[in-house]
Amino acid sequence: MNPGWDFHASAPLIILSATIVAVLIADFFFEYRGRFRTQQIASLGVLAAMIPIITLAVDGGTRSMFNGGFVVDPYSLVFQGFFLAAAYITMLLSVDYIGDGDYYQGEFYVLLLTSLLGMLVMSSSRDLISIFVALETISIPTFVLAGWRKHDPKSNEAAIKYYLIGVMSSAVMLYGMSLVFGLTGSTLLSDIADKVGTLDSPLLIVAGFLTIVGFAFKVSAVPFHFWSPDTYVGAPTPVTAFLSVASKAGGFVALLSVVVFGFFPNADMWQPVLWGLAAASMILGNLVALRQTNIVRMLAYSSVAQGGFILVPFAVAADGDAAISSIQSVVVYILIYGAMNLGAFAIVIALARRTRSAEITSFAGLGQYAPGMAITMSIFLFSLAGVPPFAGWFAKFTMFRAALDANTPAATVLGALAAVSSVVAFFYYARVAREMWFHEPAEGADVHPIRTPVALNAAVVICAAIVVAVGVYPQLFARLGDLAAGG
Amino acid sequence: MNWFNDWALTLAIFLPAVGLGILLILPKAEEQLAKVVALGTSLVTLAVGIGILAEFNYDKAGKLQFGVNKAWISVIEARYHLGLDGIALPMLILSMFITVLCIVYSWDHFPEPHNPKGFLALILLLEVGMNGTFLAEDLILFFIFFEIVLLPMFFMIGVWGGPNREYASIKFFLFTLFGSALMLLGFLALYFIAGTFQIPELTRQAGSQIVGSTQTLIFGGLFLGFAIKVPMFPFHTWLPDAHTEAPTVGSVLLAAILLKLGTYGFIRIALPALPHAAHVWAPWIGALAVIGIIYGALCCLAQTDMKRLIAFSSVAHMGFVMLGIATLTDFGLNAAIFGMVAHGLITGMLFFIAGSVQHTYGTRQMSRLGGLLKQAPKMGWILGFCAMASLGLPGLAGFWGEFPAVLSAYQPAAGLSEGLFRGFMVVAAIGTVLAAGYLLWMYQRVAFGEPKEEFADAHIHDVGIFEWIAWTPILLMIVVLGVYPDAIFSLTNDGVRHITSSIARGFKG
Repeated sequence: MNPGWDFHASAPLIILSATIVAVLIADFFFEYRGRFRTQQIASLGVLAAMIPIITLAVDGGTRSMFNGGFVVDPYSLVFQGFFLAAAYITMLLSVDYIGDGDYYQGEFYVLLLTSLLGMLVMSSSRDLISIFVALETISIPTFVLAGWRKHDPKSNEAAIKYYLIGVMSSAVMLYGMSLVFGLTGSTLLSDIADKVGTLDSPLLIVAGFLTIVGFAFKVSAVPFHFWSPDTYVGAPTPVTAFLSVASKAGGFVALLSVVVFGFFPNADMWQPVLWGLAAASMILGNLVALRQTNIVRMLAYSSVAQGGFILVPFAVAADGDAAISSIQSVVVYILIYGAMNLGAFAIVIALARRTRSAEITSFAGLGQYAPGMAITMSIFLFSLAGVPPFAGWFAKFTMFRAALDANTPAATVLGALAAVSSVVAFFYYARVAREMWFHEPAEGADVHPIRTPVALNAAVVICAAIVVAVGVYPQLFARLGDLAAGG
Repeated sequence: MNWFNDWALTLAIFLPAVGLGILLILPKAEEQLAKVVALGTSLVTLAVGIGILAEFNYDKAGKLQFGVNKAWISVIEARYHLGLDGIALPMLILSMFITVLCIVYSWDHFPEPHNPKGFLALILLLEVGMNGTFLAEDLILFFIFFEIVLLPMFFMIGVWGGPNREYASIKFFLFTLFGSALMLLGFLALYFIAGTFQIPELTRQAGSQIVGSTQTLIFGGLFLGFAIKVPMFPFHTWLPDAHTEAPTVGSVLLAAILLKLGTYGFIRIALPALPHAAHVWAPWIGALAVIGIIYGALCCLAQTDMKRLIAFSSVAHMGFVMLGIATLTDFGLNAAIFGMVAHGLITGMLFFIAGSVQHTYGTRQMSRLGGLLKQAPKMGWILGFCAMASLGLPGLAGFWGEFPAVLSAYQPAAGLSEGLFRGFMVVAAIGTVLAAGYLLWMYQRVAFGEPKEEFADAHIHDVGIFEWIAWTPILLMIVVLGVYPDAIFSLTNDGVRHITSSIARGFKG
């Protein structure tokens, strides 16, 4: 036994791994009709993994293994908690979708949990190799999940596109990482941080650029976003929700760790690239979203744009005294974005059960026959748009704060771009709200009240409660951001 | 009454939210119950307001009273900080009062597509935002309440509005959102330099931490946010559309309270926190204000729709308020606050009447109307009364908003050009003549003469019972404030002195 092994620190990973095995075996023994129980085992496992997260948080302090390559501190715990919650809500979204569709259930949850395992590892990784492995553990199961609707060519297209782009971006990233290793002689982020500040080599810029471009594919930042709308539309909608929240956040956590713990001393390696990615994602994402008629495609571009907003604090982190407020902002933004985006997808899934359509016009008159759904959807949309008193305003607020903290012309320009594009963004979010409230239901549409399954309702209620509570009392998440940034 | 001191302001803001919560869980079919709950909530809120009036210490009207100051978002040092002084008091009471009357008026006047539950819920949500804005003493808290009013108004126009409602609602929202995005950047910049979000602290510092050129820039951000809300020329274009399409109650709340959030922001935040910039900007604000007065009046003369005419008259009247603010003097600011209250009562009342005219005639086109005095004499006389009040007839409330504002431009604060402001004064005085012109012209076309052929035999309802209940208090207030303006001036004067002393202190010559 390795003397450095810390069972408490790795308990979430151990519980989750055990759950994966349990689901895989259980699926084999259950009768066909009893397969839904695999979802129950998976959910229980995810909730159980929450327990050590809480005890570790209460315990406080920093636990480190593998010479500092694997660290459990408030930073990683906040993200691990977020990923577990996001995966739990995704399972609530999936249970009826996967059950109704006569799909393979056990395998679905195994893949979902495996991807989740990658995310937990990612939160704690402080080493280029383990970050890479974690990122692949996140991605590979989702390639399969995207193609889950086997008989639908669009789903196949989604999976293929996502797979090819994913593999290519991994190659680019790996090449960048190998250059970093070659120049600094270490894969450990803390060692890299010691070297990059003093090392004077133009190759460092190239290495940083390639690594970050690799991540840019994962978080679908413009101009590396083109796979995401097709993949989002083709994949089963619960998987899309998972991709756009958990998997995307996984990419951001990786980027954050690499930038903050590794490349930070040499701002030239990352700041200009990230500035460009942030500006392009905000502008293009919002403008293209204006023209969409399909709600999932609109949400895809919206999530590209939101990704741009998350990148803003990255792009200014080295300037002025923005370092701490940038980390806070990224953490808070990811947490809030997760709640509101999952909520929006939950409503899309619930409504599609009735209308079998993802056109924005299928929301027409929803306020008249399903006011509960229409109200919660409005909450999520206006939160995404950043309108108080819903949580989104605070996410945007922290972003502006980071940009102004930096107090450089470049940061101010980026902040102004963010301000203008968030006004543009309001337009397409409001369009869905207008369909729901200002328009009559379409001719011949079924306007009986919609009965949604319990699990979906639970997901909607959880997300809406978070969005409203954090909007009114932002301290709830601000504190988490504070803890993470202090770690 | 110690607990009342601590809780009064919180209750004033969040009681409507409680009512809103109850309303949401009621079944949609229980319309009568929904109305009772909404009316009850607004009455209880008004009762809190009356309690505040009774407990308020009038000898210390310049000081913040009923203060609440609790941690809220400690990471960014934003606090749940509320307070009430003589400037906020009339605005708060006006907001509570108008909300009750709007709910009463709505009782049997629900616009299409009906749905009282939703409509009343939006009114209560509006009240949360309005009351909160007037009481907030923290910039972030102010921002939140300032923004909360957008959503209910957006839905009120978009769902219950006229034929062009989608365009009007989105235009309203985008204009204000754009302004408030820049305003928020201004607040953040204030925070980074002055080190606090607390309005009393910013007033005390009077911009001493901030160099002149930076002040001017920050003021620009705040100016856009507030000026769009007021709205000042040339940012007013959303207002006529929003008013024309909004349901009656929406128009009333918009005119009576929502526009005042902008002017209140100038008085409460922009001027005392950035006094130097206020001096730099004042001539421009004054110029835009008098342009607004003349431009609004000329636009009124070109209108065919009664409601659109009243909307443009708001642009002109808010020009007087902004002119008073631009002088940066005690006299001007007092006049401005009086003008805010008076405009709220009078223009709110005019929108009520326009709504009732629309309700009975089915049109607001003045070319099709006529002979209101013959067909519905009571409504005709009330319209005449309000037109007189609006054009600034002495003895009614409108006079005390308009006349002192014009007069205050004669002697602006030290450091402002006297010649320029006296020029403004002359132009504004011409504006009062134009105001008389368009209001009398409207009255003539709507009320005088014989009814037009198409309505000659129509059965026209005169003022109904719910209208009487809703309107009488406003009409009384217009007279009372007209005869005894000191009711407001004595309240606001100390608070205004506090602000102007901060403006004078922070002026760097």
